[in-house]
Amino acid sequence: MEPENKHFKDRVVELSGENVDLCFQCGACSSGCPMTQEMDYLPSKIIRMVQLGLEEALESKTIWVCTTCFNCEVRCPRGIDVANVMEALRQLVLRRKYDRVSLDELSPEEIRELPQIAIVSNQRKLTA
Amino acid sequence: MTRLAYYPGCTLKTNAKNFEDSTIATAEKLGIELVEPERWNCCGTVHSLSTDDVMHHLAPIRNLLRVEELSNAGEVDSKQVVTLCAMCYNTLKRSNMVFNEDSDRKKKIRDNMYKEDIEYSGNVEVLHHLEVLREMGWDKVKEAVANPLNGLKVAPYYGCLLLRPRGIGVDDTDDPTIMEDMLEALGAETVGFAYSQKCCGSYNAVHMKEVVADLAHKILKQAEEAGADMLVTACPLCEYNLGPRQSEVEKRYPVFKSIPVVYFTQLMALAFSLGEEAAAFTGNKPDPRPLLRDKGLLEE
Repeated sequence: MEPENKHFKDRVVELSGENVDLCFQCGACSSGCPMTQEMDYLPSKIIRMVQLGLEEALESKTIWVCTTCFNCEVRCPRGIDVANVMEALRQLVLRRKYDRVSLDELSPEEIRELPQIAIVSNQRKLTA
Repeated sequence: MTRLAYYPGCTLKTNAKNFEDSTIATAEKLGIELVEPERWNCCGTVHSLSTDDVMHHLAPIRNLLRVEELSNAGEVDSKQVVTLCAMCYNTLKRSNMVFNEDSDRKKKIRDNMYKEDIEYSGNVEVLHHLEVLREMGWDKVKEAVANPLNGLKVAPYYGCLLLRPRGIGVDDTDDPTIMEDMLEALGAETVGFAYSQKCCGSYNAVHMKEVVADLAHKILKQAEEAGADMLVTACPLCEYNLGPRQSEVEKRYPVFKSIPVVYFTQLMALAFSLGEEAAAFTGNKPDPRPLLRDKGLLEE
């Protein structure tokens, strides 16, 4: 593995606390995921990309549409918490001061109608 | 009366006021006084999953500190705290686990706690209200029923954070029965459906309206096809995505038939005959009252 691939993989493993090498690509995480129709890469494919140290995982739409519902985690026969890996990937991008969502794009009516729980959780997961 | 510390969380004071009102009234009927700490703060709503994160655990742990203060002052009868919102439950419980299981982060959390009189011990137990009821016994709940919900077919919607991750949830992750047990104690008929644990789209509701409406449509349609008259939930975000957001579902699916979504404690208030104010159905969209009147469970 090239040093830059190894560096990326090590960083994801460190931030997520997950041993991605345990994954044998059974696809259980992807089959139970409620958001796959909005994803460019299936969750299992993202795990494969991290195994190989492919930093393109950070460009994926997948990591941003994940709702951290933990369905993948309870399904994984290898005990990998896939949601932790998704969070680590989001964090690697967010820590460069990136915001995925801006509340400026919503109308005042939309903001007024949304419960706090939606806004706070959205901003916590998707903004720097 | 047993005095139990109660952490409301942000949305229980606004959109989910009906959840709070119905819980306080039904808990009192069952001999539980819910004691809210004088100052509490937002739990953060979501648990931080990164191994190096310390900052986002301060808010949940600070709330547990408030509970410990209540307990030390003798204002509650145990070191337990009950939550209603599934997200608060998850966030408080998981941060408590981080505090108790990761000595390095425990030290950092303590070092960063600013202007507090006491240090958090780690000994507060985080419970969801459903767990409190189960512990009390479903027979006790049944005894309080004055208006059994006979003939009402209810689909329990668990969603995500009441059950997951494994080891955090209120019941068996794969085969939960806690909501069914509660509903049966009220005399309702429970309806199982395939999407009872499927995510409602959660916080994507803010910027992916259509996608969340599609998910809600699948869940609601499944429940309806399984024969349910209504759904129950224990999460204000699920309630919002499946209830008020049915207006979005209707825009995308013209043949969609609306179906009420209520908090489990509202059905308890109805079954206990505690009156309209306690059941607080005025806060629900779509309005469940026409259905409940049809079923003879609510007076005209």
